Amino acid sequence: MEYIELLYIVSTILLLIGLRKLSSPATARKGNLIAASGMILAIVVSIFSPLEGNNGNYLYIFGGVSVGVLMGLFYSNKVKMTEIPELVSLFNGYGGACTVFISILEIFKFNNTTSVGMSSITYTALFVGSIAFTGSLVAYGKLSGTVKDWRSSMSSYFNLFWLVLCIGLILFQILNPALYPFLPIVILVVSLICGVSFVIPIGGADMPVVISLLNALTGIAAALAGIVYYNMVMLLGGILVGSSGAILTLIMCKSMNRSLLNVVVGGFGGASESAHGKDQGAVNETTVNDTAINLRYANNVMIIPGYGMAVAQAQKTCKELDRILSDKGVNVNYAIHPVAGRMPGHMNVLLAEADVSYSKLIDLEDANNKMSDTDVCLIVGANDVVNPSALDEPTSPIYGMPIIEVLNSKNVVVLKRGMSKGYSGIENPLFFHDKTKMLFGDAKDSIEGILSEIKTMD
Amino acid sequence: MLELLDFFKENILFINLLIMTSYLGFEIISKVPAVLHTPLMSGSNAISGIVIIGAIILVRQAETTDYLTLILGTIAIVLGTINVVGGHAVTNRMLEMFKNKN
Repeated sequence: MEYIELLYIVSTILLLIGLRKLSSPATARKGNLIAASGMILAIVVSIFSPLEGNNGNYLYIFGGVSVGVLMGLFYSNKVKMTEIPELVSLFNGYGGACTVFISILEIFKFNNTTSVGMSSITYTALFVGSIAFTGSLVAYGKLSGTVKDWRSSMSSYFNLFWLVLCIGLILFQILNPALYPFLPIVILVVSLICGVSFVIPIGGADMPVVISLLNALTGIAAALAGIVYYNMVMLLGGILVGSSGAILTLIMCKSMNRSLLNVVVGGFGGASESAHGKDQGAVNETTVNDTAINLRYANNVMIIPGYGMAVAQAQKTCKELDRILSDKGVNVNYAIHPVAGRMPGHMNVLLAEADVSYSKLIDLEDANNKMSDTDVCLIVGANDVVNPSALDEPTSPIYGMPIIEVLNSKNVVVLKRGMSKGYSGIENPLFFHDKTKMLFGDAKDSIEGILSEIKTMD
Repeated sequence: MLELLDFFKENILFINLLIMTSYLGFEIISKVPAVLHTPLMSGSNAISGIVIIGAIILVRQAETTDYLTLILGTIAIVLGTINVVGGHAVTNRMLEMFKNKN
Protein backbone atom coordinates (compact mmCIF):
# COMPACT_ATOMS: atom_id res chain seq x y z
CA MET A 1 0.00 0.00 0.00
CA GLU A 2 2.81 2.41 0.93
CA TYR A 3 4.49 1.79 -2.40
CA ILE A 4 1.36 2.86 -4.20
CA GLU A 5 1.28 6.17 -2.33
CA LEU A 6 4.93 6.59 -3.28
CA LEU A 7 4.10 6.18 -6.97
CA TYR A 8 1.34 8.78 -6.63
CA ILE A 9 3.91 11.19 -5.16
CA VAL A 10 6.23 10.53 -8.10
CA SER A 11 3.47 11.34 -10.56
CA THR A 12 2.56 14.52 -8.66
CA ILE A 13 6.19 15.63 -8.87
CA LEU A 14 6.19 14.85 -12.62
CA LEU A 15 3.08 17.04 -13.07
CA LEU A 16 4.75 19.89 -11.18
CA ILE A 17 8.00 19.71 -13.13
CA GLY A 18 6.03 19.37 -16.36
CA LEU A 19 3.95 22.47 -15.72
CA ARG A 20 7.07 24.43 -14.70
CA LYS A 21 8.90 23.46 -17.88
CA LEU A 22 5.79 24.10 -19.95
CA SER A 23 5.96 27.76 -19.02
CA SER A 24 9.36 28.38 -20.58
CA PRO A 25 9.84 28.34 -24.40
CA ALA A 26 13.02 26.27 -24.52
CA THR A 27 11.69 23.44 -22.36
CA ALA A 28 7.97 23.56 -23.13
CA ARG A 29 7.84 20.44 -25.28
CA LYS A 30 9.76 18.38 -22.77
CA GLY A 31 7.50 19.77 -20.04
CA ASN A 32 4.39 18.56 -21.83
CA LEU A 33 5.87 15.07 -22.20
CA ILE A 34 6.90 14.99 -18.53
CA ALA A 35 3.40 16.05 -17.46
CA ALA A 36 1.91 13.41 -19.78
CA SER A 37 4.10 10.68 -18.26
CA GLY A 38 2.99 11.82 -14.80
CA MET A 39 -0.61 11.48 -15.92
CA ILE A 40 -0.04 8.02 -17.39
CA LEU A 41 1.69 6.86 -14.21
CA ALA A 42 -1.15 8.18 -12.04
CA ILE A 43 -3.79 6.50 -14.22
CA VAL A 44 -1.94 3.16 -14.29
CA VAL A 45 -1.51 3.25 -10.52
CA SER A 46 -5.19 4.02 -10.03
CA ILE A 47 -6.13 1.01 -12.17
CA PHE A 48 -3.84 -1.53 -10.46
CA SER A 49 -3.51 -0.26 -6.90
CA PRO A 50 -5.10 -2.29 -4.09
CA LEU A 51 -8.54 -0.87 -3.39
CA GLU A 52 -11.10 -1.46 -0.69
CA GLY A 53 -14.27 -2.96 -2.19
CA ASN A 54 -12.58 -3.69 -5.50
CA ASN A 55 -14.88 -5.55 -7.89
CA GLY A 56 -12.58 -5.49 -10.88
CA ASN A 57 -14.78 -4.49 -13.80
CA TYR A 58 -11.58 -4.21 -15.82
CA LEU A 59 -13.39 -4.87 -19.05
CA TYR A 60 -15.24 -1.57 -18.65
CA ILE A 61 -12.12 0.31 -17.58
CA PHE A 62 -9.87 -0.91 -20.39
CA GLY A 63 -12.68 -0.54 -22.90
CA GLY A 64 -13.29 3.06 -21.80
CA VAL A 65 -9.62 3.97 -21.78
CA SER A 66 -9.00 2.45 -25.23
CA VAL A 67 -11.94 4.25 -26.80
CA GLY A 68 -10.82 7.50 -25.12
CA VAL A 69 -7.22 7.15 -26.32
CA LEU A 70 -8.32 6.51 -29.92
CA MET A 71 -10.80 9.41 -29.93
CA GLY A 72 -8.33 11.78 -28.23
CA LEU A 73 -5.61 11.00 -30.77
CA PHE A 74 -8.09 11.25 -33.63
CA TYR A 75 -9.34 14.69 -32.56
CA SER A 76 -5.89 16.09 -31.91
CA ASN A 77 -4.38 14.87 -35.20
CA LYS A 78 -7.30 15.99 -37.30
CA VAL A 79 -7.66 19.52 -35.97
CA LYS A 80 -6.42 22.50 -37.97
CA MET A 81 -4.20 24.87 -36.03
CA THR A 82 -6.73 27.67 -36.52
CA GLU A 83 -9.28 25.59 -34.64
CA ILE A 84 -7.18 24.96 -31.54
CA PRO A 85 -9.23 27.27 -29.28
CA GLU A 86 -12.43 25.35 -30.12
CA LEU A 87 -10.73 22.03 -29.45
CA VAL A 88 -9.31 23.10 -26.09
CA SER A 89 -12.78 24.26 -25.16
CA LEU A 90 -14.30 20.94 -26.22
CA PHE A 91 -11.70 18.90 -24.30
CA ASN A 92 -12.35 21.06 -21.27
CA GLY A 93 -16.06 20.32 -21.60
CA TYR A 94 -15.29 16.58 -21.60
CA GLY A 95 -13.24 16.95 -18.42
CA GLY A 96 -16.14 18.81 -16.84
CA ALA A 97 -18.60 16.13 -17.97
CA CYS A 98 -16.41 13.44 -16.41
CA THR A 99 -16.65 15.26 -13.07
CA VAL A 100 -20.40 15.62 -13.46
CA PHE A 101 -20.85 11.87 -14.04
CA ILE A 102 -18.76 10.77 -11.09
CA SER A 103 -20.16 13.30 -8.64
CA ILE A 104 -23.79 12.49 -9.47
CA LEU A 105 -23.04 8.76 -9.12
CA GLU A 106 -21.34 9.42 -5.77
CA ILE A 107 -24.39 11.40 -4.68
CA PHE A 108 -26.63 8.41 -5.48
CA LYS A 109 -24.46 6.35 -3.12
CA PHE A 110 -25.03 8.73 -0.19
CA ASN A 111 -26.69 7.29 2.90
CA ASN A 112 -27.38 8.52 6.40
CA THR A 113 -23.77 8.05 7.49
CA THR A 114 -22.55 10.53 4.88
CA SER A 115 -21.11 13.60 6.60
CA VAL A 116 -22.26 17.13 5.81
CA GLY A 117 -18.71 18.01 4.80
CA MET A 118 -18.53 15.18 2.28
CA SER A 119 -21.90 15.96 0.73
CA SER A 120 -21.08 19.70 0.56
CA ILE A 121 -17.90 18.94 -1.34
CA THR A 122 -19.56 16.46 -3.70
CA TYR A 123 -22.38 18.88 -4.51
CA THR A 124 -19.87 21.69 -5.07
CA ALA A 125 -17.93 19.41 -7.43
CA LEU A 126 -21.18 18.66 -9.28
CA PHE A 127 -22.02 22.36 -9.52
CA VAL A 128 -18.56 23.54 -10.65
CA GLY A 129 -18.16 20.59 -13.03
CA SER A 130 -21.55 21.29 -14.63
CA ILE A 131 -20.71 24.93 -15.26
CA ALA A 132 -17.39 23.90 -16.80
CA PHE A 133 -19.17 21.28 -18.92
CA THR A 134 -22.04 23.26 -20.49
CA GLY A 135 -20.08 26.53 -20.40
CA SER A 136 -17.30 24.94 -22.47
CA LEU A 137 -19.76 23.50 -24.94
CA VAL A 138 -21.36 26.93 -25.45
CA ALA A 139 -17.89 28.48 -25.83
CA TYR A 140 -17.07 25.76 -28.38
CA GLY A 141 -20.26 26.57 -30.27
CA LYS A 142 -19.49 30.28 -30.29
CA LEU A 143 -15.95 29.84 -31.54
CA SER A 144 -17.00 27.45 -34.29
CA GLY A 145 -19.81 29.82 -35.24
CA THR A 146 -22.80 27.58 -34.50
CA VAL A 147 -23.97 29.47 -31.40
CA LYS A 148 -24.69 33.17 -31.79
CA ASP A 149 -24.27 35.79 -29.06
CA TRP A 150 -27.48 36.25 -27.21
CA ARG A 151 -27.73 38.97 -24.67
CA SER A 152 -30.35 41.25 -23.25
CA SER A 153 -30.16 43.81 -20.49
CA MET A 154 -31.64 41.10 -18.28
CA SER A 155 -28.77 38.61 -18.78
CA SER A 156 -27.06 39.36 -15.49
CA TYR A 157 -30.35 38.94 -13.63
CA PHE A 158 -30.97 35.58 -15.30
CA ASN A 159 -27.49 34.49 -14.25
CA LEU A 160 -28.07 35.64 -10.72
CA PHE A 161 -31.44 33.88 -10.61
CA TRP A 162 -30.04 30.50 -11.70
CA LEU A 163 -27.03 30.87 -9.41
CA VAL A 164 -29.10 31.70 -6.33
CA LEU A 165 -31.61 28.96 -7.14
CA CYS A 166 -28.85 26.41 -7.53
CA ILE A 167 -27.00 27.33 -4.33
CA GLY A 168 -30.31 27.42 -2.44
CA LEU A 169 -31.26 23.95 -3.68
CA ILE A 170 -27.83 22.57 -2.80
CA LEU A 171 -27.96 24.01 0.73
CA PHE A 172 -31.47 22.64 1.20
CA GLN A 173 -30.44 19.22 -0.03
CA ILE A 174 -27.34 19.07 2.17
CA LEU A 175 -29.35 19.95 5.26
CA ASN A 176 -32.31 17.68 4.41
CA PRO A 177 -30.66 14.84 2.49
CA ALA A 178 -33.46 12.26 2.49
CA LEU A 179 -36.47 14.50 1.97
CA TYR A 180 -36.76 14.51 -1.83
CA PRO A 181 -34.93 11.71 -3.65
CA PHE A 182 -35.27 13.44 -7.03
CA LEU A 183 -33.70 16.71 -5.85
CA PRO A 184 -30.11 15.76 -6.88
CA ILE A 185 -31.34 15.49 -10.47
CA VAL A 186 -33.00 18.91 -10.23
CA ILE A 187 -29.73 20.32 -8.87
CA LEU A 188 -27.84 18.72 -11.76
CA VAL A 189 -30.19 20.26 -14.33
CA VAL A 190 -30.11 23.72 -12.75
CA SER A 191 -26.30 23.57 -12.53
CA LEU A 192 -26.12 22.69 -16.23
CA ILE A 193 -28.40 25.64 -17.04
CA CYS A 194 -26.13 27.90 -14.94
CA GLY A 195 -23.21 27.05 -17.24
CA VAL A 196 -25.19 27.88 -20.38
CA SER A 197 -26.61 31.11 -19.02
CA PHE A 198 -23.17 32.15 -17.77
CA VAL A 199 -21.42 31.92 -21.13
CA ILE A 200 -24.17 32.68 -23.63
CA PRO A 201 -24.29 36.49 -23.13
CA ILE A 202 -20.50 36.90 -23.24
CA GLY A 203 -19.24 38.25 -26.55
CA GLY A 204 -17.11 36.09 -28.81
CA ALA A 205 -14.14 38.44 -28.42
CA ASP A 206 -13.93 37.50 -24.77
CA MET A 207 -14.00 33.72 -25.35
CA PRO A 208 -10.26 33.26 -24.65
CA VAL A 209 -10.74 34.66 -21.16
CA VAL A 210 -13.83 32.54 -20.67
CA ILE A 211 -12.12 29.33 -21.80
CA SER A 212 -9.23 29.99 -19.48
CA LEU A 213 -11.68 30.60 -16.63
CA LEU A 214 -13.64 27.43 -17.43
CA ASN A 215 -10.37 25.51 -17.54
CA ALA A 216 -9.61 26.75 -14.03
CA LEU A 217 -13.10 25.63 -12.96
CA THR A 218 -12.53 22.12 -14.34
CA GLY A 219 -9.33 22.01 -12.30
CA ILE A 220 -11.18 23.05 -9.15
CA ALA A 221 -13.90 20.45 -9.79
CA ALA A 222 -11.20 17.78 -10.20
CA ALA A 223 -9.59 18.89 -6.93
CA LEU A 224 -12.94 18.66 -5.11
CA ALA A 225 -13.44 15.17 -6.53
CA GLY A 226 -9.94 14.43 -5.22
CA ILE A 227 -11.15 15.21 -1.70
CA VAL A 228 -14.18 12.93 -2.23
CA TYR A 229 -11.90 10.02 -3.21
CA TYR A 230 -9.16 11.01 -0.76
CA ASN A 231 -6.74 11.02 -3.68
CA MET A 232 -3.66 13.27 -3.53
CA VAL A 233 -2.85 13.35 -7.26
CA MET A 234 -6.38 14.44 -8.13
CA LEU A 235 -6.32 17.11 -5.45
CA LEU A 236 -2.89 18.50 -6.33
CA GLY A 237 -3.28 18.23 -10.11
CA GLY A 238 -6.69 19.87 -9.93
CA ILE A 239 -5.52 22.73 -7.73
CA LEU A 240 -2.48 23.32 -9.94
CA VAL A 241 -4.77 23.67 -12.95
CA GLY A 242 -7.21 25.78 -10.95
CA SER A 243 -4.65 28.28 -9.74
CA SER A 244 -2.60 28.43 -12.94
CA GLY A 245 -5.82 28.83 -14.93
CA ALA A 246 -6.94 31.62 -12.62
CA ILE A 247 -3.68 33.53 -12.98
CA LEU A 248 -3.68 33.02 -16.77
CA THR A 249 -7.23 34.42 -16.87
CA LEU A 250 -6.11 37.50 -14.97
CA ILE A 251 -3.07 37.97 -17.23
CA MET A 252 -5.40 37.91 -20.24
CA CYS A 253 -7.80 40.41 -18.68
CA LYS A 254 -4.87 42.67 -17.90
CA SER A 255 -3.66 42.65 -21.51
CA MET A 256 -7.13 43.83 -22.55
CA ASN A 257 -7.15 46.39 -19.72
CA ARG A 258 -10.41 45.06 -18.35
CA SER A 259 -11.43 43.50 -15.10
CA LEU A 260 -12.70 39.94 -14.94
CA LEU A 261 -16.03 41.22 -13.63
CA ASN A 262 -16.32 43.50 -16.64
CA VAL A 263 -15.78 40.55 -18.99
CA VAL A 264 -18.31 38.36 -17.21
CA VAL A 265 -21.03 40.92 -16.56
CA GLY A 266 -20.77 43.51 -19.34
CA GLY A 267 -19.81 42.33 -22.81
CA PHE A 268 -18.46 44.69 -25.46
CA GLY A 269 -21.53 44.44 -27.61
CA GLY A 270 -24.10 46.29 -25.53
CA ALA A 271 -22.14 49.42 -24.75
CA SER A 272 -20.78 50.33 -28.16
CA GLU A 273 -23.25 52.97 -29.23
CA SER A 274 -20.96 55.95 -28.59
CA ALA A 275 -19.20 56.06 -31.95
CA HIS A 276 -22.45 55.73 -33.84
CA GLY A 277 -24.03 58.70 -35.55
CA LYS A 278 -20.68 60.41 -35.87
CA ASP A 279 -19.84 60.96 -39.51
CA GLN A 280 -16.77 58.86 -40.11
CA GLY A 281 -16.05 60.20 -43.59
CA ALA A 282 -15.05 58.09 -46.56
CA VAL A 283 -12.45 55.37 -46.77
CA ASN A 284 -9.47 55.42 -49.13
CA GLU A 285 -9.53 52.31 -51.23
CA THR A 286 -6.33 51.02 -52.75
CA THR A 287 -5.37 48.35 -55.27
CA VAL A 288 -3.21 45.25 -55.18
CA ASN A 289 -0.78 46.92 -57.53
CA ASP A 290 -0.32 50.04 -55.39
CA THR A 291 0.11 47.99 -52.26
CA ALA A 292 2.74 45.83 -53.96
CA ILE A 293 4.73 48.91 -54.99
CA ASN A 294 4.35 50.33 -51.51
CA LEU A 295 5.71 47.20 -49.89
CA ARG A 296 8.48 46.54 -52.42
CA TYR A 297 10.07 49.97 -52.00
CA ALA A 298 9.75 50.18 -48.22
CA ASN A 299 12.68 49.66 -45.87
CA ASN A 300 10.75 48.40 -42.89
CA VAL A 301 7.44 46.55 -43.08
CA MET A 302 5.38 45.50 -40.08
CA ILE A 303 2.72 42.83 -40.55
CA ILE A 304 -0.07 42.92 -37.95
CA PRO A 305 -2.01 39.65 -37.99
CA GLY A 306 -5.42 39.12 -36.43
CA TYR A 307 -8.15 36.54 -36.45
CA GLY A 308 -8.92 37.39 -40.09
CA MET A 309 -5.58 35.84 -41.02
CA ALA A 310 -6.59 32.63 -39.30
CA VAL A 311 -9.99 32.60 -41.01
CA ALA A 312 -8.50 33.21 -44.45
CA GLN A 313 -5.75 30.63 -43.72
CA ALA A 314 -3.34 33.31 -44.91
CA GLN A 315 -0.38 32.56 -42.62
CA LYS A 316 1.60 30.59 -45.23
CA THR A 317 0.98 33.25 -47.89
CA CYS A 318 2.10 35.86 -45.36
CA LYS A 319 5.30 33.95 -44.82
CA GLU A 320 5.82 33.75 -48.59
CA LEU A 321 5.36 37.54 -48.87
CA ASP A 322 7.81 37.95 -46.03
CA ARG A 323 10.36 35.72 -47.81
CA ILE A 324 10.12 37.51 -51.16
CA LEU A 325 10.31 40.95 -49.57
CA SER A 326 13.26 39.90 -47.41
CA ASP A 327 15.06 38.59 -50.52
CA LYS A 328 14.65 42.03 -52.02
CA GLY A 329 16.16 43.67 -48.95
CA VAL A 330 13.02 44.76 -47.14
CA ASN A 331 13.05 44.24 -43.40
CA VAL A 332 9.83 42.43 -42.40
CA ASN A 333 8.59 41.91 -38.84
CA TYR A 334 5.35 40.80 -37.24
CA ALA A 335 3.72 42.77 -34.44
CA ILE A 336 1.82 40.43 -32.14
CA HIS A 337 -0.81 41.88 -29.86
CA PRO A 338 -1.24 39.68 -26.78
CA VAL A 339 -4.94 39.13 -27.45
CA ALA A 340 -4.91 39.02 -31.26
CA GLY A 341 -6.88 36.03 -32.49
CA ARG A 342 -9.14 33.98 -30.32
CA MET A 343 -6.59 32.97 -27.74
CA PRO A 344 -3.46 34.55 -26.32
CA GLY A 345 -0.53 33.27 -28.30
CA HIS A 346 -2.84 32.07 -31.09
CA MET A 347 -0.99 34.14 -33.72
CA ASN A 348 2.36 32.80 -32.56
CA VAL A 349 1.15 29.24 -33.04
CA LEU A 350 -0.20 29.97 -36.52
CA LEU A 351 2.92 31.80 -37.70
CA ALA A 352 5.11 29.09 -36.22
CA GLU A 353 3.12 26.59 -38.28
CA ALA A 354 3.99 28.63 -41.36
CA ASP A 355 7.71 28.50 -40.40
CA VAL A 356 8.07 32.18 -39.53
CA SER A 357 11.21 32.72 -37.48
CA TYR A 358 10.71 33.30 -33.79
CA SER A 359 12.90 36.42 -33.81
CA LYS A 360 10.56 38.17 -36.27
CA LEU A 361 7.64 38.10 -33.85
CA ILE A 362 7.70 41.35 -31.92
CA ASP A 363 5.54 42.00 -28.90
CA LEU A 364 3.28 44.99 -28.41
CA GLU A 365 5.67 47.32 -26.61
CA ASP A 366 8.67 46.77 -28.90
CA ALA A 367 6.43 47.06 -31.95
CA ASN A 368 5.15 50.43 -30.81
CA ASN A 369 8.72 51.62 -30.22
CA LYS A 370 9.58 50.66 -33.79
CA MET A 371 6.56 52.34 -35.35
CA SER A 372 8.23 55.65 -36.23
CA ASP A 373 10.80 53.76 -38.35
CA THR A 374 8.19 51.61 -40.03
CA ASP A 375 7.31 52.53 -43.61
CA VAL A 376 4.29 50.29 -44.10
CA CYS A 377 2.04 48.61 -41.59
CA LEU A 378 0.18 45.75 -43.27
CA ILE A 379 -2.84 44.81 -41.19
CA VAL A 380 -4.00 41.30 -42.02
CA GLY A 381 -7.42 40.68 -40.53
CA ALA A 382 -6.83 42.52 -37.25
CA ASN A 383 -9.34 45.08 -36.06
CA ASP A 384 -9.87 45.78 -32.37
CA VAL A 385 -6.17 45.47 -31.50
CA VAL A 386 -5.37 48.44 -33.80
CA ASN A 387 -8.43 50.54 -32.97
CA PRO A 388 -7.25 54.06 -32.02
CA SER A 389 -10.48 54.66 -30.05
CA ALA A 390 -8.71 52.80 -27.25
CA LEU A 391 -6.32 55.76 -27.00
CA ASP A 392 -8.42 58.86 -27.57
CA GLU A 393 -12.12 58.06 -27.21
CA PRO A 394 -12.95 57.90 -23.48
CA THR A 395 -16.53 56.78 -24.19
CA SER A 396 -15.35 53.77 -26.18
CA PRO A 397 -15.82 50.41 -24.45
CA ILE A 398 -12.22 49.49 -25.23
CA TYR A 399 -10.80 52.81 -24.00
CA GLY A 400 -7.56 52.15 -22.17
CA MET A 401 -6.76 48.83 -23.85
CA PRO A 402 -3.16 48.87 -25.12
CA ILE A 403 -3.15 48.74 -28.92
CA ILE A 404 -0.58 48.55 -31.71
CA GLU A 405 -0.23 52.22 -32.65
CA VAL A 406 -0.04 51.81 -36.41
CA LEU A 407 -0.80 55.49 -37.08
CA ASN A 408 2.72 56.35 -35.87
CA SER A 409 4.11 54.58 -38.94
CA LYS A 410 4.32 56.21 -42.37
CA ASN A 411 1.65 54.18 -44.21
CA VAL A 412 -1.12 51.88 -43.12
CA VAL A 413 -2.67 49.26 -45.41
CA VAL A 414 -5.61 47.28 -44.11
CA LEU A 415 -6.55 43.94 -45.69
CA LYS A 416 -10.19 43.40 -44.93
CA ARG A 417 -13.09 41.45 -46.34
CA GLY A 418 -15.59 44.32 -46.08
CA MET A 419 -16.58 47.20 -43.86
CA SER A 420 -17.97 45.01 -41.10
CA LYS A 421 -17.05 45.80 -37.51
CA GLY A 422 -14.59 43.81 -35.46
CA TYR A 423 -15.56 40.94 -33.24
CA SER A 424 -16.30 43.36 -30.42
CA GLY A 425 -18.79 45.21 -32.64
CA ILE A 426 -17.06 48.59 -32.28
CA GLU A 427 -16.52 51.08 -35.12
CA ASN A 428 -12.86 51.49 -35.99
CA PRO A 429 -11.88 55.10 -36.89
CA LEU A 430 -8.56 53.76 -38.18
CA PHE A 431 -10.28 52.70 -41.41
CA PHE A 432 -11.42 56.26 -42.06
CA HIS A 433 -8.09 57.90 -41.28
CA ASP A 434 -6.22 59.83 -44.00
CA LYS A 435 -3.15 57.66 -43.59
CA THR A 436 -5.06 54.41 -44.01
CA LYS A 437 -5.62 52.62 -47.29
CA MET A 438 -8.14 49.79 -47.47
CA LEU A 439 -7.58 46.76 -49.67
CA PHE A 440 -10.87 44.87 -49.71
CA GLY A 441 -11.11 41.15 -50.36
CA ASP A 442 -10.12 37.81 -48.86
CA ALA A 443 -6.77 38.31 -47.15
CA LYS A 444 -5.20 35.26 -48.76
CA ASP A 445 -6.29 36.26 -52.30
CA SER A 446 -5.09 39.83 -51.75
CA ILE A 447 -1.66 38.73 -50.54
CA GLU A 448 -1.33 36.28 -53.41
CA GLY A 449 -2.13 39.14 -55.78
CA ILE A 450 0.48 41.34 -54.11
CA LEU A 451 2.98 38.48 -54.33
CA SER A 452 2.65 38.02 -58.06
CA GLU A 453 2.97 41.78 -58.58
CA ILE A 454 6.12 41.98 -56.47
CA LYS A 455 7.66 39.04 -58.33
CA THR A 456 7.53 41.07 -61.54
CA MET A 457 9.43 44.00 -60.00
CA ASP A 458 13.18 44.12 -59.43
CA MET B 1 -22.28 23.82 11.32
CA LEU B 2 -20.37 21.88 13.98
CA GLU B 3 -20.21 18.93 11.65
CA LEU B 4 -18.65 21.13 9.00
CA LEU B 5 -16.00 22.27 11.49
CA ASP B 6 -15.25 18.65 12.34
CA PHE B 7 -14.84 17.95 8.66
CA PHE B 8 -12.27 20.74 8.41
CA LYS B 9 -10.47 19.43 11.46
CA GLU B 10 -10.27 15.92 10.01
CA ASN B 11 -8.98 17.21 6.71
CA ILE B 12 -6.60 19.87 7.98
CA LEU B 13 -3.71 18.33 6.06
CA PHE B 14 -5.68 18.50 2.83
CA ILE B 15 -6.57 22.11 3.43
CA ASN B 16 -2.95 23.03 4.06
CA LEU B 17 -1.97 21.25 0.88
CA LEU B 18 -4.68 23.11 -0.98
CA ILE B 19 -3.33 26.49 0.07
CA MET B 20 0.30 25.62 -0.67
CA THR B 21 -0.49 24.13 -4.07
CA SER B 22 -2.64 27.10 -5.07
CA TYR B 23 0.28 29.38 -4.31
CA LEU B 24 2.62 27.10 -6.25
CA GLY B 25 0.32 27.25 -9.28
CA PHE B 26 0.26 31.05 -9.19
CA GLU B 27 4.03 31.24 -8.90
CA ILE B 28 4.73 28.80 -11.72
CA ILE B 29 2.51 30.55 -14.22
CA SER B 30 3.02 34.21 -13.42
CA LYS B 31 6.29 34.28 -15.38
CA VAL B 32 5.07 32.67 -18.60
CA PRO B 33 5.63 34.58 -21.89
CA ALA B 34 2.62 35.34 -24.12
CA VAL B 35 3.75 32.95 -26.89
CA LEU B 36 3.17 30.04 -24.58
CA HIS B 37 -0.28 31.01 -23.35
CA THR B 38 -2.15 28.79 -25.78
CA PRO B 39 0.05 25.68 -25.34
CA LEU B 40 0.04 26.23 -21.60
CA MET B 41 -3.72 26.50 -21.46
CA SER B 42 -4.08 23.36 -23.52
CA GLY B 43 -1.45 21.51 -21.45
CA SER B 44 -2.99 22.43 -18.12
CA ASN B 45 -6.38 21.55 -19.56
CA ALA B 46 -5.03 18.06 -20.22
CA ILE B 47 -3.90 17.84 -16.59
CA SER B 48 -7.41 18.70 -15.40
CA GLY B 49 -8.43 15.37 -16.97
CA ILE B 50 -6.83 13.82 -13.84
CA VAL B 51 -10.41 13.53 -12.63
CA ILE B 52 -10.48 10.29 -14.67
CA ILE B 53 -8.86 8.63 -11.64
CA GLY B 54 -12.11 9.23 -9.78
CA ALA B 55 -14.04 7.55 -12.58
CA ILE B 56 -11.68 4.56 -12.50
CA ILE B 57 -12.04 4.15 -8.74
CA LEU B 58 -15.82 4.48 -9.09
CA VAL B 59 -16.03 1.73 -11.71
CA ARG B 60 -13.66 -0.54 -9.77
CA GLN B 61 -15.84 -0.25 -6.68
CA ALA B 62 -19.15 -0.71 -8.52
CA GLU B 63 -21.14 -3.93 -8.06
CA THR B 64 -20.74 -6.08 -11.16
CA THR B 65 -24.49 -5.97 -11.69
CA ASP B 66 -24.89 -2.21 -11.08
CA TYR B 67 -25.18 -1.36 -14.75
CA LEU B 68 -26.14 2.29 -14.22
CA THR B 69 -22.86 3.03 -12.44
CA LEU B 70 -20.87 0.82 -14.80
CA ILE B 71 -22.20 2.45 -17.95
CA LEU B 72 -22.13 6.06 -16.74
CA GLY B 73 -18.72 5.40 -15.15
CA THR B 74 -17.39 4.01 -18.42
CA ILE B 75 -18.66 7.06 -20.30
CA ALA B 76 -16.88 9.21 -17.71
CA ILE B 77 -13.68 7.22 -18.31
CA VAL B 78 -13.97 7.73 -22.08
CA LEU B 79 -14.53 11.49 -21.68
CA GLY B 80 -11.70 11.84 -19.15
CA THR B 81 -9.28 9.89 -21.37
CA ILE B 82 -10.13 12.07 -24.37
CA ASN B 83 -9.38 15.12 -22.23
CA VAL B 84 -6.02 13.74 -21.09
CA VAL B 85 -4.75 12.11 -24.28
CA GLY B 86 -6.16 14.65 -26.72
CA GLY B 87 -4.97 17.56 -24.57
CA HIS B 88 -1.38 16.38 -24.34
CA ALA B 89 -1.28 15.30 -27.98
CA VAL B 90 -2.53 18.63 -29.30
CA THR B 91 -0.17 20.53 -26.98
CA ASN B 92 2.68 18.45 -28.35
CA ARG B 93 1.63 19.24 -31.90
CA MET B 94 1.62 22.95 -31.16
CA LEU B 95 4.99 22.89 -29.44
CA GLU B 96 6.53 20.80 -32.20
CA MET B 97 6.07 23.79 -34.49
CA PHE B 98 8.21 25.95 -32.26
CA LYS B 99 10.92 23.31 -32.17
CA ASN B 100 13.17 24.09 -35.14
CA LYS B 101 12.91 27.83 -35.03
CA ASN B 102 15.91 28.89 -32.96
